[in-house]
Amino acid sequence: MKTLFRLKAMKWFWPLVAVALTALIVYGIEKAGLRPISLLEAGLLAMTPLVLTAVGECINEKAGVVNVGLEGILLITAVTGVWGAEFFGNGVMGLLVGTVAGALIGLLFGLVSVYGRADQVVAGMGINLFALGLVPYLLMAIWAFPGIHLFERKLMVRPIYTFFGRLSPVTIVAVAIVILAHILLHKTVLGFRIKAVGEKPEAADVAGVRIDLLRIFTCTLGGALCGLGGAFMPLAWFGGIVKEISAGRGFIALACVVFSGLEPLLAFAAAFIFGFAEGFAYSVAVTPGVKEAIPFYVVNMIPYIITLLVVTLVIGRRRFPAASGQPYARE
Amino acid sequence: MKGSELARRMRPLLESVVTILLGLLAGALFMIVFGYNPVNAYQALFKGAFGSMSDVLETLAFATPLMLTAITFAIGVKTGLFNIGAEGQVYMGAIGATAIAGKMALPPGLHVAAATIVGMLMGVLWALPPALLKIWRGVHEVISTIMFNWIAFHLSMYIAIYYLAEPGRAERTVPAMPTARYPILMEGTSLTAVIFVVLAFCVGVYIYLWGTRAGYELRLAGENPDAARYAGVSSNRALLLSFLIGGLAAGLAGASQVIGRPPSWSLYATLGNVAGFGFDGLGVALIGRNHPIGGIFAAILFGALQHGGRYMEYHAGVCSELVRAINGLIVIALSVPEIWAIVRRRLKR
Repeated sequence: MKTLFRLKAMKWFWPLVAVALTALIVYGIEKAGLRPISLLEAGLLAMTPLVLTAVGECINEKAGVVNVGLEGILLITAVTGVWGAEFFGNGVMGLLVGTVAGALIGLLFGLVSVYGRADQVVAGMGINLFALGLVPYLLMAIWAFPGIHLFERKLMVRPIYTFFGRLSPVTIVAVAIVILAHILLHKTVLGFRIKAVGEKPEAADVAGVRIDLLRIFTCTLGGALCGLGGAFMPLAWFGGIVKEISAGRGFIALACVVFSGLEPLLAFAAAFIFGFAEGFAYSVAVTPGVKEAIPFYVVNMIPYIITLLVVTLVIGRRRFPAASGQPYARE
Repeated sequence: MKGSELARRMRPLLESVVTILLGLLAGALFMIVFGYNPVNAYQALFKGAFGSMSDVLETLAFATPLMLTAITFAIGVKTGLFNIGAEGQVYMGAIGATAIAGKMALPPGLHVAAATIVGMLMGVLWALPPALLKIWRGVHEVISTIMFNWIAFHLSMYIAIYYLAEPGRAERTVPAMPTARYPILMEGTSLTAVIFVVLAFCVGVYIYLWGTRAGYELRLAGENPDAARYAGVSSNRALLLSFLIGGLAAGLAGASQVIGRPPSWSLYATLGNVAGFGFDGLGVALIGRNHPIGGIFAAILFGALQHGGRYMEYHAGVCSELVRAINGLIVIALSVPEIWAIVRRRLKR
């Protein structure tokens, strides 16, 4: 019993230390007044798509399906989200369209991996490659402009003014989803089924769980959350879209998933740290005095370097479902 | 008996061809949805790719770097890795070649060789950290190579703009000196003698993998790790070698775009003339069945799509990036082993 408790504590100890440290740094910088744009606001914005994507992927990987195509889903749903917002003349509808588009891609990925028994890494990478070409094609085909599209300010999803400064409603939704995902995985029958399917699909099958439907469901859910994150980027953050809008965030979210060991709450912690790394980079990049001394390009590398460091330090302590990435077939 | 043996050997080729056709068909659907005429577009694409001798050479020029980035991915697969770091290694290779070719004066002959080799070594330099992270800490190569790609993206733009920029022309680096350029094979096209170096490299990798003991061990470590361990093969060594050869290939691909590709003979500050080869190479490798020689033919096909794609963009108005989307669909189709089982079952009925 004692060792079990210690194992559990180990899992939570370092992530919590990291979050506390990040929070302390944020507080210190805010206090020091080094802020042309609020670091907290920038960090929460950067965190939101990572949280959504990572939590969806946590659930997905619990069921034994690994989707490395998140980057591609973020890219495609960013475009479809903007298209939806312009079509309906409403930013929130755009978020919805992005979510649905993400769910559809997730569904397709689920069908391909479950019934097609695909190599999931290759199929996921195929989604990324597809997006890499489709997004510039769509930008040309829809708006007839190469590589970039700016939309009207009124289509932006408006932030709410709170105690923390300006806060996007999507950020609040994302935090709620983290809590719901935690409850889903640890307190509900569906959650136990998901875990069973990921750990021992044979046993789940004998117990009467429909592995195929469950995995397709988690893929669709993961795609939908990723799609909300993708549509969030142009519609609630950047105010426009460029063909590289996701900038590796799909893979940083995968790093969050690795960091979390498939715990939604820890994935949230990881996204918080990475989000603030990015927010910090933005704040530094535009701070007078620093702006001239440190080139923009060097600042841009910070999120990726931090991702590498965190993954390198935390890995090896994590255990993943036994059937991760394996298609299931009855003997 | 002999007929079935032939059929078995031809099956991968048939699968690749069918998948390519499916990809093109899906591309046509995307054109119809947005009101383009796919027949016109594909006609333009084909004519652009193979319409004349100079077009064929241009297609080969587009194919050259893809043969190499395909090897980077394919040799990773042979050792059981999913190495998608070619993109960043290409950037670094281009930076290395530009620094030597544009900034250092060396005698002719030696200059080309030095620029090529430094480019390749820069590729290796960028392949080394993900390999070591994998060996020491077990960091998954998909995450580490993507992070290194993005770091390379910003780092090489920084180096290109701050250290290698041509005075007065902010959009690109200093061009390679004439002594550091590969000779052009036919006036008016952009195919240079670098293609022979590249083909020799591909054949070299083939001989290494299938003709030497080290290459056999490398493949064994990927195909059957248990048997490899039992036979005393160090899987870490195989893994490291696979990353390093991949780095050499990608570095050469980057160098080839600077010292072997007119008219720019330099690196664009946006990295526009080297971007995307790493990821295109992934699709090329899969179509070429992760084989260095198969990769040559798949690269020519993809080079044709890219060169023809520009013609298609000009004459049919279809954005040439659609070709990349088709590549992605082909990769998704190739990931599904069951498609072929289903097709075969249908055919047998």
